[in-house]
Order: sequence, then structure tokens, then C-alpha cells
Amino acid sequence: MRFDPAPADPLTLLRQRVHEAEGRGRRAFALFQAARHPGPLVWIIPSHAPELPMLRGLPQGVGERLHILRPVGETDLLWCVEEALRAAPVGLVIAEPSSPMSLTVGRRFQLAAEAGRTTGLMLIRQDAGSNATETRWLCEPRPATAADSTLHHWSLTKNKKGTINDWIVDWNGATAAVHMVSQARQRLEPAAAPR
Amino acid sequence: MADISGVPHLFGGEADLRDDLQARLDRAGLASVSAIAGTRGAAHALARHGGGIVPDGRLVDGIGHLPVTALRVDHDTAEGLSRMGLMRIADLIPLPRAPLVRRFGSGLMLRLDQALGAQSEPVGGEPDAPHFGVRMTLPEPIGKQDDVMAGLARLLDRLCAKLAATHMGARRVRLELRRVDRGTVTVEIGLARPMRDPLRIAALFAKGVDEVDSGYGIDALRLSAPLTEAMAPEQIGGQHGGGATIRHEDALADLLSSLGNRIGFDRVQRLLPADSLIPERSFVLAPAAYAPPETAPSHAGPSRPITLFPPEPVTAATGTPPASFLWRRMRFTTLRATGPERITPEWWFDDPAWRSGLRDYWRIETQQGPRLWLFTTPQTRDWYMQGEFA
Repeated sequence: MRFDPAPADPLTLLRQRVHEAEGRGRRAFALFQAARHPGPLVWIIPSHAPELPMLRGLPQGVGERLHILRPVGETDLLWCVEEALRAAPVGLVIAEPSSPMSLTVGRRFQLAAEAGRTTGLMLIRQDAGSNATETRWLCEPRPATAADSTLHHWSLTKNKKGTINDWIVDWNGATAAVHMVSQARQRLEPAAAPR
Repeated sequence: MADISGVPHLFGGEADLRDDLQARLDRAGLASVSAIAGTRGAAHALARHGGGIVPDGRLVDGIGHLPVTALRVDHDTAEGLSRMGLMRIADLIPLPRAPLVRRFGSGLMLRLDQALGAQSEPVGGEPDAPHFGVRMTLPEPIGKQDDVMAGLARLLDRLCAKLAATHMGARRVRLELRRVDRGTVTVEIGLARPMRDPLRIAALFAKGVDEVDSGYGIDALRLSAPLTEAMAPEQIGGQHGGGATIRHEDALADLLSSLGNRIGFDRVQRLLPADSLIPERSFVLAPAAYAPPETAPSHAGPSRPITLFPPEPVTAATGTPPASFLWRRMRFTTLRATGPERITPEWWFDDPAWRSGLRDYWRIETQQGPRLWLFTTPQTRDWYMQGEFA
């Protein structure tokens, strides 16, 4: 099958693939992605997890599209992820597996995402990811110097179809719009051919 | 209310019939008053005012002495009539009808006509609720999964035709398989929304039928819909077209059904806004299969965290707001604090978590990065963590 070309916007997740996010700011990253994906959203949280999304704090338009699944046990959680990825109408599947994912699990998720043409985002603990992931993001909140900015440091630590990179963005958690805080860096991409 | 036309002579007349009925009810320990009259309205009126028998053709004499409240009119009408001095039904009969209708509406005249027999009001039993159940008996026992699914498909076609005829959709479908040794196996599925599409329901049965122990074989199948809901005809989508939106909604409902049948429908949830300032009660987690999505009203005021958890104690907090504190064995130093936002408990609910009284909430940006939602209870000066901002 053919994959979509790498998206122009660097913060867009490649469609029909499963991605991973780790770090303290992973839930904020997941909500940022949820705001950018149209269609129903599924968030799979283990039933024992105390943290729940708070409706009034979610970005605009996310709360009413969000379905929360709270399965008991890791097997049911993985089954739910696969089933949701395989369902065509879902826009984005967010899951918080509580144990490290094996390569088999990661590969099955990729196949399910291709079959259902759905994007997935796994919120993993530190180093609990699977090698089958398309991209892996390390998300950390950053202290801001100005009073009204909420800075996030989102670094791409693994990318199967492109280079790794990192961004500091200013996202206020309300809309899908984001303000990039540009920083000078060494160029990693090949230079464009001169015209 | 019973229609006894043509019956009294079997009991020796209306009076004997009524005596017999009263005696039986008395023996059963029920105190009752009964009346027999030519119309439903008259019998109703008389049974509530002493009981008795109104002979045929003498309705006006029989119920004329009763108060107007006996006419099954509402309280306001009865009060209005008594204020005009019309106390008895007999007072109403000679009056011109048009002014009464103008003043009290047509309901009063309808009730009067019904009581006096000018307007017919037949006594009829309520129609039976339709029964959504079909069954199939097999000449030879079957044991293969494909055979059971084939039998199920035939039963589902019939059940769904029954549902369609009454504009209903099933919410639960139960398949009972009777084995040769008289044992019964039940497979039950739930549906995320009312449905009567045989193919989509059959797909949900596949897992349950797979786990059935058929023993020496199954010789009878019974399929019933114990829980049904009204279903508007335009909701039917499926393979018969109907637009992309309907197919999309159907596919989502199928997903919720299959998820709910495995992990339980109460674990497939949706966030619904609730009208409360208490953070824990500002939203409810409702089962998605039984609660349609609601758009949250746009809110003003202080911002709220993206994740919320039960309060966790914060230790080594210094000052208000704390300049540094320990939470989950990590030390945080405050960079910027916004607050306090004072939230008082809802006194009309006894919430154990809020027994400590008011709370002052602070949004604290830390040097380490995380933006946290802390609160303190002014009575005890303890600090707790309850949420994390984006």
C-alpha cells in the first residue's frame, strides 16, 4: 500500500499509523493532537488510573467528540485499542497502556491502523514503547518567562520516515492553533536545490 | 371498568351480579364500592359517590344529584362551576351549552355528554404489548458454529421484521439455545443504540456463539429482544445507503456495541457537562450508549486543568502560595502563582471529600515546567494537588 507523504506541518502525525508520546506533557500533546483531528475521538484509560480528563479544561470541540473507555486489565485495554483502530469512523485513538508494549503488540496496532485508516497515539511511560512505532515524541512542559505563555518542549526522538527534531511551542490548551517559538539550530535536512 | 352487556342474566340480574361481586371482594379483604350504569362516565361518577345501580334510560335521574366533581373534570373547572353556583350535575343539564363551552372549554361538555350517553365511550381492553420473540425447532440436533449462526440469521430476519412493523429497535437481544439434554445456554448482547439490522446484530453474536458448549447438539433456538426502544424509521442506514453521515454513525454505534459487549457498557463513557462549580462534579462520566453527546457551554472565568485526580497531599509547602513543595517525591519551586480562587462546598450535598470546608485553588507554574493546580483549606492550612494544566 502507499503511504501519505510526510506532512508539511511538522507537528502533524502521519495518518493511518500509530505514534507514541512519553514524558510529563504527553497528555497535553495528546489533547493538542485531538483538537487537530476531526471525527470521534477515543481515549482508553485503565480503570485503575486516577487521572481523568476534565471536561472544562479540554480544548474547544474535543469534549463532545471524546469517548472514554476504562477497561479492566491490560489484555482488555490492548483489545480495545486494536478494535478502535480497526473502526473506520474514529479520528484518533489515544491510549495509556500501563505495561511496556512488545513488538508484536506494536505491529498489530500498525496493521489495525492501516486496516481502519485511523491514527493512534500511545501515551507511554518512560522507555515503555514498542519499536514498531512510527514516531516517538518526548513531551515536557517548560517554564515560561512571560506570564501569558505556556511553553511545551516537544522533541521527536524517533521517526521512521524522516529526521528527528525538537520544537518549543507556545500552546495555550484551548484551540488547535499553536505558536512556534523559533530557535536557531543546526540544519538536519538536506538543503533545497538552488533554482 | 367492565362491560357487562348481555351478562347480568347469568347471575340473576344486575343487582345480584353486583352483590356477588361485592361479596367476593369482601371475602378477599378489599373494601370497595361499585356501580352499574348505562355509560362509562355515569358508572365512574356513581362508583365514587356511594355506588348503586342506574336503571336503563334513567341516567339523568340516577346521577343528577351528584356533585359536578364526579364528571371527571379538572379541579379548576369544578371550582369555577361551584363558584357560579352550579353544584350538581342536574344544574348543568338545562343550561345553554355555548356559554359554558366559552367559559370552561369543550372538555366539560364532552364529559357531560359521555356521562349521559350522548357521546359514545366504549369500554375496551388495552391492546397487548407486541412480543418480540421468535423460535425455531430443528428436526435434527446441530452442533457446528456455522449452523447455529445460520439459524440465528433466519431468526434475526423474522425478529427484525417484527421490530420494523412496530417501529421499534432492540437494545438487548437474547439467544437461548436448548440442547438435546434439556440444558439451556443463553447468549445475550447489548446494543449501543436501538437497532434492527440483522447483519449488524449477527456480527455481535459471533463471539458469544463461539463460546457455547453445544453438548450433544442443539435442537431448538429462541431469540428474543427483552429490551426495546422506539426507533424512528429514518435511522435505518446500513447497506441500504442513506448517506455518509448515517453510515458513519452506524459504524460508530457498532464500535461502541462491540466494545460494550466485551468490557461492559458502563465502561464505555462520555463526558457530559454538569451544572456545578465543584471540580469533581463539573462533569459526569455517563455511559455512551445511553447518553447522547452534549455540547459544553462556553465558560468564562479561571482556567481549568486538563487532567483531574483525587486530591493528593503536598508536603513541605512553605508560605501562601508555597514557594516550594514536595509532591510525588519531587521538589517543585514556584515560578508564578495565579489565585486564589475560592470554591465553597455545596452544602446541599454531603460530600465526604468536601467536609474540610472551603478551598482556595491556585494555579502554580513551577520552575521545573509542570503547571499544577493546588488547593489549600484555610481551616487546616494543608496543601493538596488536584490537577495538571496543559
